Amino acid sequence: MNNIGKAVRVEGKIISREDIYVDGQVEGSIESPESKVTIGPNGRVKATVSAREVVIIGAVQGDVTATDKVDIRKDAQLEGNIGSARISIEDGAIFKGSIDIRKPEPKVAPAQTQQVFAPPIPIVTQAAPAPAAGPGIKR
Amino acid sequence: MLPDRLRALFFRKDSVPPTDSAGRQGAQSVHRVIAPSRKPVPPAVRTSKGLEQFFFNIKDVVGLTILDMAGANQENITFLTNLGHRMYASDLVRSIEDTFGSDLAEQNNASRIEFFLQSNFNYLPDTFDGVMLWDGLQFMTPALLTATVDRLHMIMKPGAYLLAYFSANERTADVPAYTFRLLDDKTLQVTERGVRSSGQVFNNRNLEKTFTRFESVKFFLTRDNLREVIVRR
Repeated sequence: MNNIGKAVRVEGKIISREDIYVDGQVEGSIESPESKVTIGPNGRVKATVSAREVVIIGAVQGDVTATDKVDIRKDAQLEGNIGSARISIEDGAIFKGSIDIRKPEPKVAPAQTQQVFAPPIPIVTQAAPAPAAGPGIKR
Repeated sequence: MLPDRLRALFFRKDSVPPTDSAGRQGAQSVHRVIAPSRKPVPPAVRTSKGLEQFFFNIKDVVGLTILDMAGANQENITFLTNLGHRMYASDLVRSIEDTFGSDLAEQNNASRIEFFLQSNFNYLPDTFDGVMLWDGLQFMTPALLTATVDRLHMIMKPGAYLLAYFSANERTADVPAYTFRLLDDKTLQVTERGVRSSGQVFNNRNLEKTFTRFESVKFFLTRDNLREVIVRR
């Protein structure tokens, strides 16, 4: 996990491929599309945050987008718009902004070989007529 | 990202608070309750005709834009988004206290009123299909109330509905404030969060006058001295 400590201030764009924990100050943007971004209790973020999952314990001013979930904990402060498939907010959290629930698009199943069945053979229940007497087999 | 209108609530060091009537800078920066509850009151569950009417008016429609000023809570978020609506959330009572403090006279300060409107209602015209104000309006003085209702008229779509609650008890100037959690389309869980000074007395005539620019005002008077109001833009 990447860690931005509480004594650190970052201005600019942060892109991470793994989970990132922000307990310092960030201005700009944070992107971690495949992972989780956590804003710690000392975190002061003025940035857009985009990730698979976003957990807010500190203060965020900016839009937050998550493909999976936004989790706003007690005592967190969020001022911005949320776009996420799921959202969780604890009592005591302060939030101002809009909430747009974005259901994930259903994954397209990989193409499978379709099993082809032969058409059913009709079952004839009617008694077949008795064969007419024919010439015998000559040897 | 949202503009600076909401900055004051969380990032006060960076915001420029308006001056008060005496020209002093620095708004009330803490959440203040004028008179805390005598003792903690457990949450209560109640049905609401006004709420039922509000959701009846917008039923069978998805994708609406709803402004919920109860302060964000999980129940309201889940209920509204499960109906397929986009919601905006903020806490009106808290914002009144943060902007004006406990002195009702401050609610007549024009610069503070403008700051308050910018902080809470800075939306484009005709944005909302529904507004749930709950009990916040009853803590406003006439000057602030008029400015707020005018702004609401602007940001609501024609035909949109507004839900508001007012104390019907005209004998006391202090009324309890509540948090409101949606349990279903006609049931609420209400929790008292202190007693506050009412900005003025609200009766039916006052309310009709307050919402005179709106198309209609409908009242539901409950047995526990609550006046539930549905206003159509």
